[in-house]
Amino acid sequence: MLARLAANRLLEIRQLFRQPLSSRSFSTALNYHLDSPDNNPDLQWEFSDVNKEKAKEILSHYPSNYKQSAVIPLLDLAQQQHGGWLPVSAMNAVAKVIEVAPIRVYEVATFYSMFNRSKVGKYHLLVCGTTPCMIRGSREIEDALLKHLGVKRNEVTKDGLFSVGEMECMGCCVNAPMITVADYSNGSEGYTYNYYEDVTPKRVVEIVETLRRGEKLPPGTQNPQRIRCGPEGGNTTLLSEPKPPPCRDLDAC
Amino acid sequence: MGLGMLASRVMRPTASKLPRNLLSHFHIRPIVSTPESSAAQAQPEPEPTPPPRAPVAGARVHFKNPDDAIEVFVDGYPVKIPKGMTVLQACEVAGVDIPRFCYHSRLSIAGNCRMCLVEVEKSPKPVASCAMPALPGMKIKTDTPVAKKAREGVMEFLLMNHPLDCPICDQGGECDLQDQSMAFGSDRGRFTEMKRSVVDKNLGPLVKTVMTRCIQCTRCVRFATEVAGVQDLGMLGRGSGEEIGTYVEKLMTSELSGNVIDICPVGALTSKPFAFKARNWELKGTETIDVTDAVGSNIRIDSRGPEVLRILPRLNEDINEEWISDKTRFFYDGLKRQRLNDPMIRGADGRFKAVSWRDALAVVAEVAHQTKPEEIVGIAGQLSDAESMMALKDFLNKMGSNNVWCEGNGVNTDADLRSGYLMNSGIAGLEKADVFLLVGTQPRVEAAMVNARIQKTVRATQAKVGYIGPAADFNYDHQHLGIGPQTLIEIAEGRHPFCSALLNAKNPAIIVGAGLFERKDKDAIFSAVETISKYAKVVRPDWNGFNVLLLNAAQAAALDLGLVPESGKSIESAKFVYLMGADDVNMEKVPVDAFVVYQGHHGDRGVYRANVILPAAAFSEKEGTYENTEGCVQQTLPAVPTVGDARDDWKIIRALSEVAGVRLPYDSLGAIRSRIKTVAPNLVHMDEREPATFSASLKPDFSHKMSLTAFGSTIENFYMTDSITRASKIMAQCSALLLKK
Ligand code: SF4
Ligand code: FES
Ligand code: FES
Repeated sequence: MLARLAANRLLEIRQLFRQPLSSRSFSTALNYHLDSPDNNPDLQWEFSDVNKEKAKEILSHYPSNYKQSAVIPLLDLAQQQHGGWLPVSAMNAVAKVIEVAPIRVYEVATFYSMFNRSKVGKYHLLVCGTTPCMIRGSREIEDALLKHLGVKRNEVTKDGLFSVGEMECMGCCVNAPMITVADYSNGSEGYTYNYYEDVTPKRVVEIVETLRRGEKLPPGTQNPQRIRCGPEGGNTTLLSEPKPPPCRDLDAC
Repeated sequence: MGLGMLASRVMRPTASKLPRNLLSHFHIRPIVSTPESSAAQAQPEPEPTPPPRAPVAGARVHFKNPDDAIEVFVDGYPVKIPKGMTVLQACEVAGVDIPRFCYHSRLSIAGNCRMCLVEVEKSPKPVASCAMPALPGMKIKTDTPVAKKAREGVMEFLLMNHPLDCPICDQGGECDLQDQSMAFGSDRGRFTEMKRSVVDKNLGPLVKTVMTRCIQCTRCVRFATEVAGVQDLGMLGRGSGEEIGTYVEKLMTSELSGNVIDICPVGALTSKPFAFKARNWELKGTETIDVTDAVGSNIRIDSRGPEVLRILPRLNEDINEEWISDKTRFFYDGLKRQRLNDPMIRGADGRFKAVSWRDALAVVAEVAHQTKPEEIVGIAGQLSDAESMMALKDFLNKMGSNNVWCEGNGVNTDADLRSGYLMNSGIAGLEKADVFLLVGTQPRVEAAMVNARIQKTVRATQAKVGYIGPAADFNYDHQHLGIGPQTLIEIAEGRHPFCSALLNAKNPAIIVGAGLFERKDKDAIFSAVETISKYAKVVRPDWNGFNVLLLNAAQAAALDLGLVPESGKSIESAKFVYLMGADDVNMEKVPVDAFVVYQGHHGDRGVYRANVILPAAAFSEKEGTYENTEGCVQQTLPAVPTVGDARDDWKIIRALSEVAGVRLPYDSLGAIRSRIKTVAPNLVHMDEREPATFSASLKPDFSHKMSLTAFGSTIENFYMTDSITRASKIMAQCSALLLKK
């Protein structure tokens, strides 16, 4: 008995140590910057002429003494322009536009997981990993994608076309599991961010291949039996006109 | 049945007994309690008011407007506080110390550590007292089971990811987390996952980082942004991946960076030079002042035996608040290096030979007597105290010479009007100013603490700063108006756009750099400044914004004591030069055949030219009076014994006078201070700031005589300005790494 107890305890302790570090998922890559040839503060980076106009438009939404409020839309714009990720020089450029110290921009860019600070593919595939999607099989979806593309998470395929990341709930759990495709293949003008819902391991591979061929495919549910987020095979309840609320007669007042 | 089960049996009853014990101990309210029912419960036996407690750490209540007073109850005891105070401040006034990590009275409120939770009656949850404004009639409870439990919860979360490395942590013994976990921590943790770890950052040669220890209080980020004025640090990432850093590789290039060591509540940011040197409880603290600049920051020297191990700031609201500059904090290793410890005479071969005091003094006295009185010159160094300068002046006067001055004070500085060389508005008074005009001064390197005040003012009130001088680094918004006297003349004649700012200002302040004392056209510059101050109403009965920012610790006292040279040329014709710690005089001007006595504590520039060396005590080894740039008189106290055979400066001169047969009539510090009293009575009023009495001066007209050479920068290297800092290795490292452009 004693021996078993001790053995159990030992097992627990061993398990503790065996736990791989990666079991605690951190949002994205490192929280500090390492200089590399394609990402260092000495590289020139500027908004393109079209995007300069857009940046101006974005800034006009905020009072002139609160320019820093524009940090998120501007970072997003910069990310679209730069093929889906933010080099440190792009963040510096944003800091200059909104007239704050660069560190204030770095803080924001590291906080939000949708700002990528390392290279992503032209099509950045984000698999939702939150509970509803996970229960409906998001792990298999991710595995299928990674296996098909032959990459690890947050790694870019050799041709630079695809990368796979994980995302938290994107609000369409009703069509779980789902993936998002951030399409940076056409710069910030043709940028799309589409949800593909009700996917299966087979279907995601098809989606990838369609994208590879450069074709567009309609976003939304991939289950032909469903219309948007309605139930499979059409509604079974709530078929009549909704009744007015019982508590209050709107016409009377 | 196994032993394990037995053990758990034994454990269980205690576990179930515990809550019951607790129940009877504390009065726990029924879970379904409405405000009425608890009020009804409280009524039958009104709690006796506990005796009032003294406010924590001298917390001061300052009522701007008596109508704004509100009353709150802290643990049942009523306190009156001004409106707008937070619950935490109210508790402090009531004498209750609230545990905290992120709150710091001089920084903005972040409210992110949650350690300061207290219970407030009628509030459903414990509230973070540091961020909650106190409201009239609030009933704050700081020691209830709810507050305690809340803090214990917070503490458990903090300790979850905190490494258990107190034995090898330099903060040990003065760590807020360590202290507070004694009160609110558990003796065991429930967290069985891996602790997180964070990559250490390189913040430069002064601040050592162990970022895994960081508890994300963001004090350092707020300090860097708000006080130091350099936005380098930030909070990166989120959730458990959150860390403090600069994101890109960057050293903290602030002259105040050392203060993050003090404000970091844990051991994440510690002093690099002090790392693993000592435990704080082994150290003896001596409250003294800093002499590396003219600010006279209040410091505490921590020493062990004969060694100065670190320097910490002391609170002084009027001078340095609770910060000090990096130079003040880290130059102490210079006190150990290059010290002069024996009297020495340079032999015929040009080498120094150690001799006895008797011999050295005899030689000096003899040479002095052989020299004509008008060829005797005495120069006091920038670290000299008032006592020794008084003795030097008296000694030279008795020898028949009046050529005695303090380096940095120029040749014909007017020492008659104190208002002409002091910071008349006071350092704290700068906070009232709304327009600054800096003339030939770069406060960031000349007096970092004064600069911190200006930066604070600019940040708080958007005060305008105009600057005339060479291109310089500022950590606040400023207008660079020009580089030389030309601009000054334009402003004085009212032709410059900045004039309107000066004219519209309520409290304009002009700060003139003492570097201008060395210029030939100094009088013309000062009268131009005076013209400006006249039309901009800088000097009024209720506000005196005419300021001179002095450069070194001895200057103000020297001018008070009247240490001004008789003629500008005296050094070129000198035959006997007495350097009392003066290293920054131009040695080339000293004639080759002159006999040079160097009395000082460091083998610095003066020694190269000296014929005789008389070793003296450094500021950390003696009691001496210093007057800072605003006219506040303070004194140093000996923290460590003197090195070798060194003596206090004034004692050396007193002994020399005896050997020379012109005995000075004082032989104790008290006696010399009474002598000082007859010359400059303000110098004996310790820790008091004697403002200069205002008087209209009759300066010559400015427009002529001003040369148009641009103002120079007085201090090239912030980290190395005097003999001690030049001997310091840490300062050498700083200047190598941080001044790299
Ligand atoms: S490094 Fe220290 S001061 Fe800075 S956030 Fe961490 S614990 Fe706070
Ligand atoms: S859980 Fe996947 S979208 Fe909500
Ligand atoms: S001190 Fe109040 S939340 Fe940190």
